Amino acid sequence: MIVRLNTILQSNFKGSKEELIPILQKVQEEMGFLPKEAMYNIAKFAGVPESKVYAVATFYAQFRFTPIGRNKIMVCRGTACHVRGAPRILDEMETQLKIKEGETTADMEYTLETVACIGACGLAPCVMVNKKVEAKLTPKKVVELFGGKGGKGGKGGKIEN
Amino acid sequence: MNSSAGKAGKGGKVVKLKINFDEITIKANQDWKELQSAKKPVILVGTATCGRSAGSLETLEALRHEIKLAGIDCEVIEVGCIGLCYAEPIVCITKPSQPVVCYGDINPAKAKDLVDNYIIGDDPVAAYALGTLGDGSINGIPRLVDTDVFKPQVRRVLKRCGSIDPTNLNHYIATDGYKGMNKALGMDSKGMIEEIKKSGLRGRGGAGFPTWKKWQFCNDAPGEQKYLICNADEGDPGAFMNRSLLEGDPHALVEGMIIAGKAIGATKGYIYCRAEYPLALERLDMAIEQAHSHGFMGKDIMGSGFSFDLKIKEGAGAFVCGEETALIASIEGERGMPRPRPPFPAISGLWGKPTIINNVDTLASVSLIFQNSAEWFAEYGSKDSKGTKNFALVGKVKRTGLVEVPLGITIREMIYGIGGGILNDKEFKAVQTGGPSGGCIPASLIDTPVDYDSLAQVGSIMGSGGMVVMDEDNCMVDVARYFLDFTQKESCGKCVPCRLGTKQMLDILDDITQGRGKPEDIDLLEEIGFSVKRGSLCGLGQTAPNPVLSTIRYFRNEYESHIVHKKCESKVCRDLISYSIDQEKCTGCRLCYSACPTNAITGDKKKPHSIIQYECIRCGMCLEKCPPKFNAVQCIPGQIITERS
Repeated sequence: MIVRLNTILQSNFKGSKEELIPILQKVQEEMGFLPKEAMYNIAKFAGVPESKVYAVATFYAQFRFTPIGRNKIMVCRGTACHVRGAPRILDEMETQLKIKEGETTADMEYTLETVACIGACGLAPCVMVNKKVEAKLTPKKVVELFGGKGGKGGKGGKIEN
Repeated sequence: MNSSAGKAGKGGKVVKLKINFDEITIKANQDWKELQSAKKPVILVGTATCGRSAGSLETLEALRHEIKLAGIDCEVIEVGCIGLCYAEPIVCITKPSQPVVCYGDINPAKAKDLVDNYIIGDDPVAAYALGTLGDGSINGIPRLVDTDVFKPQVRRVLKRCGSIDPTNLNHYIATDGYKGMNKALGMDSKGMIEEIKKSGLRGRGGAGFPTWKKWQFCNDAPGEQKYLICNADEGDPGAFMNRSLLEGDPHALVEGMIIAGKAIGATKGYIYCRAEYPLALERLDMAIEQAHSHGFMGKDIMGSGFSFDLKIKEGAGAFVCGEETALIASIEGERGMPRPRPPFPAISGLWGKPTIINNVDTLASVSLIFQNSAEWFAEYGSKDSKGTKNFALVGKVKRTGLVEVPLGITIREMIYGIGGGILNDKEFKAVQTGGPSGGCIPASLIDTPVDYDSLAQVGSIMGSGGMVVMDEDNCMVDVARYFLDFTQKESCGKCVPCRLGTKQMLDILDDITQGRGKPEDIDLLEEIGFSVKRGSLCGLGQTAPNPVLSTIRYFRNEYESHIVHKKCESKVCRDLISYSIDQEKCTGCRLCYSACPTNAITGDKKKPHSIIQYECIRCGMCLEKCPPKFNAVQCIPGQIITERS
């Protein structure tokens, strides 16, 4: 893993303090999350203390320290979505996946997160599944997304495994 | 005056540029005209994020497939968003010597109809049409500018969105693009700032600070190195004006930044854009590269002696980074925490150098002012708020979308004119402007003009342009709680009033919405709210209590109803509502019985059921499952208290 990390660092960055956030973004993009082991190497590479790397990484909502599921579901909590029923969408997602917001299913299939706003407010409420936005959702449509009640990602579900 | 104003120099002298802009435009115009007067049909498909959410990529795919099957020579171009979110996916078709017809709600099946009837045949399928773009109509399809949704609008900043290919620089140039930069390169800073002053442009990010004044401060600040930053970290939930513009017309921002850079003497610029906007980032990247390859950016732009470079910085998800000093800290690779001002960034900003931070819409307006004139820009607007402004009109309106209106238009015109009224003809309750920093304006003030000062007067702010409409089904206490929950989570924690004040306020709002509210809570909320406003370090804390204070001001009765009667009249707050089954209407079909997750429903098959209240978690599944023909489950405000037997 360290070899891979060093390749990511050396082929994309010069190693300055200014690059700390882009470095963390790139590492997360490549590895899916920020592994504990990577933090020390990032610190050394950027020339800052490890505490600084943690300080920055924990500040921003984008960074995560645990592995992510194969499918990432982000429920929009924007104002437009909220007034058009986003809380019920989140409830239904939690019921369907049997996990809470911020968690990943045991089989590493799904990670459920919320996001402040994905900017598709005209089509609220919406959810971002991987890179695709599902718009104008209802709890019923959420069930369909997973191919029927309890049929997590099963036949007929729109979310591909 | 600063030496960094370049060779354009002092005293308003006009410098002749070494590269002839006219030659570039001639080439671009040719390209553009060829497309406009093409012998073959041209199809535009809106594939910005909102279009894609509604399935425009599938529509695009279907169109391409049908055209290929029919063997027709036809141009298909992906464009940005024309702002009619409610009608996405949107497709526009031009046939030789016919007006552009704009269609809404085009799914793959309808796409096939369009190809069969209008591309192959000659019937423009009026049933799917929203209107025609530009002049001329066909088969009774009205001009789009004559329809209710467009009539009150003045589309200037957004004029290219949805009608040009955002990845084709020639389309931008042929529609007056980079004309403003060309003009600006021949002017000096003094003349440029004077032009912006004449236009009356105020910051479009929300606070409405006069743009020229900000520029003047930075221009007057000593120092060789200065920076220009565009704040494209559109963090307000419920707003997407910047995203649409960046996706549909990225060069408008790039040009505005070159002009602004020239005016303040900055040679380096940053665009701080949120990572949640992947398509906008992609388009910006491409636009910057194109500007470079045409000599509009880089060293000695067009031979004017002025050099300027742009870099994109991806935001990492922190609302507080919309605050200028926090944004600067983030670019420097730090935690995005604000610092006390003064010194203001215009004097000491990025890396301690004079820095200007402008919003996307502000900079796009700068392009327009230089492409046309200050007088032209100021044609619209009210006394102290000039020009037009983009709004994301969303929430409970029939026609949601991205609209551009002259400042001074009333809220009524926006909601009932452009928006077509409230969804399902329910009753309009309030409109929220300015996101988490703004306030809720009640129905009684629906004739308030939309400008910086009028909105401030009624206790809200213009903000960056989010306009979320709420109806009778929205609980204002819940809305206040929603915003406080947001700002409390986004508070960076540096100053005590914001860190602890928002937490205390949220706790009280939790109590109120969960039935534990006390009569003195309202006064306490106001007291803490005013303290947080006065004592916080940055704009986030100083405005965080606004949604609470404005809802208390206009909807005190809702707070009282929650606290005193333990009732949520809008039936939103779960702990203050109940479900019950009408014994007359229930047929005992058992649909609710099997849906209930807590087995709170009892009753024999084919006999009326009832709900055991103390087992009920008020998830509403029973209401959802009850067939509309029976309509036996009802949700009522207030708690039904029953004892455990």
